[in-house]
Amino acid sequence: MSTTKFLFSGFGGQGILFAGKFIAYKGLTDGKQVSWLPSYGPEMRGGTASCSVIVSDSAVGSPIVSKPDVLVAMNLPSLDRFEDAVEPGGIIFADSTLIERKVKRTDVTVYYVPATRLASENGLGNLANMIIIGKVLKVLDDFGDDSVAAALKKVISAKHADMMDINAKAMRLGAEYQE
Amino acid sequence: MADKVLMKGNEAIAEAAIIAGCRHYFGYPITPQTEIAAYMAKKMPKIGGVFLQAESEIAAINMVYGVASAGKRVMTSSSSPGVSLKGEGLSYLAGADLPSLIVNVQRGGPGLGGIQPSQSDYFQATRGGGHGDYHMIVLAPASVQEMAELTIKGFELADTYRMTSMILADGTMGQMMEPVALDLKVNPAPEKPWATTGTKLQREHNIINSLSLIPEELEKFNFDRYERYKIVEEKETMYEEYMMEDADICVTAFGIAARVSKNAVDEARKRGIKAGMIRPITLWPFPVAPFAKAADKVKEFISVELSMGQMIEDVKLATSCKRPVTLCNRAGGMIPDPEQVLRAIEAAAKNGGVR
Amino acid sequence: MVVFEKPHALTDVPMHYCPGCLHGIVHRLVAEVIDELGIEGKTIGIAPVGCSVMAYNYFNCDMIEAAHGRAPAVATGVKRADPENHIVFTYQGDGDLASIGMAETVHAAARNENITVIFINNAIYGMTGGQMAPTSLPGQVTQTSPYGRDPKLCGYPVRVCEMLSELEGPEYLERVTVADVKNVRNAKKAIKKAFQNQIDGKGFSLIEVVSTCPTNWGMTPQKAIDWLKENMLAYYPLGVYKDRSAAKEEAK
Repeated sequence: MSTTKFLFSGFGGQGILFAGKFIAYKGLTDGKQVSWLPSYGPEMRGGTASCSVIVSDSAVGSPIVSKPDVLVAMNLPSLDRFEDAVEPGGIIFADSTLIERKVKRTDVTVYYVPATRLASENGLGNLANMIIIGKVLKVLDDFGDDSVAAALKKVISAKHADMMDINAKAMRLGAEYQE
Repeated sequence: MADKVLMKGNEAIAEAAIIAGCRHYFGYPITPQTEIAAYMAKKMPKIGGVFLQAESEIAAINMVYGVASAGKRVMTSSSSPGVSLKGEGLSYLAGADLPSLIVNVQRGGPGLGGIQPSQSDYFQATRGGGHGDYHMIVLAPASVQEMAELTIKGFELADTYRMTSMILADGTMGQMMEPVALDLKVNPAPEKPWATTGTKLQREHNIINSLSLIPEELEKFNFDRYERYKIVEEKETMYEEYMMEDADICVTAFGIAARVSKNAVDEARKRGIKAGMIRPITLWPFPVAPFAKAADKVKEFISVELSMGQMIEDVKLATSCKRPVTLCNRAGGMIPDPEQVLRAIEAAAKNGGVR
Repeated sequence: MVVFEKPHALTDVPMHYCPGCLHGIVHRLVAEVIDELGIEGKTIGIAPVGCSVMAYNYFNCDMIEAAHGRAPAVATGVKRADPENHIVFTYQGDGDLASIGMAETVHAAARNENITVIFINNAIYGMTGGQMAPTSLPGQVTQTSPYGRDPKLCGYPVRVCEMLSELEGPEYLERVTVADVKNVRNAKKAIKKAFQNQIDGKGFSLIEVVSTCPTNWGMTPQKAIDWLKENMLAYYPLGVYKDRSAAKEEAK
C-alpha cells in the first residue's frame, strides 16, 4: 500500500494525539510523506480525542481521514463512532479492556488488545496507547527496533528522555502480545 | 537541505516569522490559532524579542501599528471574530501605508460561530476587512511548508509595497502537522526612511497618518495607492496549476479545500474524466490570467469552498462568466470530502458545461 | 533679560484651535519640557482623534496619528520597538482616552507601560461639535444631553486619576489645570516629571489637565475659566493621585 490512513481515537488523556504523532514521526524518519491532524477544541479536554495520520510514498492530499485504513479505538464511543467508516479490508485495533463488545463488521480485520490492563499489570502507567501502537506496527510488519527508537527520540522531548525506554518497552509488549 | 521537522501549521508560521526577523508579536487568545501566541511567548524572550498579550484584538493591532510606524517587522494573529475586531486597525494600517503581517486562522461564522475550520472570511480578507478603499496582500497556504514560506513572503511583500500582508489559513492548516524544511531564505527589511524612530534632530519630522481633510489630496493618496496595487497585481500573483494542460473540468480551491480537491481530481482522472485544478495562492491579487486562459478551454469550473460561496465571485469575474461556475461547498466548520468534490466533477462532466 | 521664544519642539504651523482654547498652552508646555530635557530627537508623539487630532503637525518630533482611543496601544508598540531610544508620549482628550479608549488606557497603566500620557479633560467632545463626554458633569448641557446630563439616564462622570490610582501598575498620576498662571507653572512641573519618569525607566505617567471648551460650552474664554474653577475642580480635585517612587522614598 503506498498510502496508509490512520485514525486514532479515545478519551482525552489516553495519549491519542501522542500515539498519532509517533506514527507520523516514524513515517518521517522512514522517509515517507506524512500528515497529522488532531481534533481540537473543547473535546480535547476530557471528551473524545481523535487524530488523523497519513503515511504515504507520495505527497499527501487531504490530511483529513474520514475512511481510515487503520482505526485505533481506545474506548467504546470511538468504536461506535468510527467502526462503519473503516475502509473495507481495513484493520481495527481495539483496547479490549475498555471495549467490551466485539466489532460488528465482517469485512475488516480486528485485533483486540487489552492495552489498558497490560499497562497496569506491567507497571507501564498510562502507556496503553504505546502498547497498542506496538501491536499496530507488528501487524503492519513495520516494527523495527531502530526505526522505533529513532521516532521515539523525535517525539519525546529531550526533557523527558527518561521516558524513552519505558515507551519502547510498552511497544515491545504490544508487539509480542498474542490474543 | 536541512532536516525536516514535524510542526503544526501555527507553529510553522511563528517560527518562520522569527526567521523573517520579526521580533514583535502582539496577540490575544482565540481558538484555533493560540499556538502562535504560545510559541512566541516561549521564543521571543530568548531572542531579545517582544511577546505581549494585548488586552484585546483591537489593542493588539494598534500595537502592531506602533511597531510598524517605528519601521520594524511586526505581526499579530487571530481567528475570524478577532480579525473582525482588527478591522479598524487594518484600515488605518492601509491608510498610513504601514507594512505588517496579520494571520487569520479562520473558523466558522458569523458571530461567535464555531471553532472548526472555515474559509468564510474570504470576502473580508480580499476586500480589505475595514472601511475605505484598500487591499491587503492575501496569501493562502495549503501545506505547513507553505505556512512557513508564505509567512516570510508576506513580510517581504509588506515591506516592498508598504502594505499589510494577511495569511489566510484555516483551523485545519493551523492545527495539522506536516514535515517542514526551515532552511528558508529571507530578504532583510529595506531601509524605511519614513519611519518614526526619532528625528535625532537630523531631519524633518516624520508623520505617520491616515487623515487628510482635503478631498483632492485624499483622492490623490487613493489613486497613488492603487497605482501601487496595480504593480502588485502585475508582479506578485501566485497560483498553482494541477493537470490543467488538457482539463475539461477545472476545479478551483485554496487552502484545505485544495488539498481535498486534489484527491478528487486524481480520482476523477482514474475514472477517465479530464479534471484539473487551479489553486490560487494569492487571493488578492487574484490570479485572473490562468482562469481567463482556462475559460477558453474548459467546459465548467467548480469552486470548492468552506463557505457559502465567496471566491466563486472572483472566479466568475476572472472568467468573464464565459463558462458555468458551480459551487461545491460545506460551511460552518464542515469540510467537503473528496467524494463530494468527485461527485461535482462527475456531474460537470456529464452536463458537459451546459447549465 | 528673558526673550520669549517659541519652543524648538513646536513647528511653525499655525494651530487650528478655537480662540480661548487651552490646547495651545498645553502643547507649549509639552514642547518646553521636550526642549528642556533635550529629547526632541528621540521623542515620538501619538496624536488622538478629537480636537488635537492634528497635533502631529504642531510638534517637531516624529509624530503618529492613532485611531480613536488607541493611542496607548500604539504608544506601547512604538516604545517596545526600541525601549532604549524612544521617548513616547500620547496626547489625548476625554472622549478618546476615557470612553472609546478606556481599555487601552487602563491596560497600559496596569502594565506600567513606560510612556507618558497627556490627558486633556474638558468634559466635552469638541471636534464633533459638543457632545456629552465620559467626563461631562451631572447636569451639564451638551448636544447629546440637551436637558443636562442625567446620571439616572447615563451614569456618572469618570474620574480617571482616581480610578487608575487603584491599580498597582502606574508610576505617576497627577491632575492639574492650566486655568491661571500659577496652575500653568504647576502643570509644567507635572508634565516634566511625567517625561523624566519615562527617561528614568519608572513607567506609566499620566497627567490629567482640566481644561475648557469655550466654543462648545457656549461661553467666553473668561467665563469658561470661571466655570472650570467653580464646577470642574469641585468634581475633579487637583493633586497627585499616585507617585510610587515618592511613596517608596517615604517608606524608607
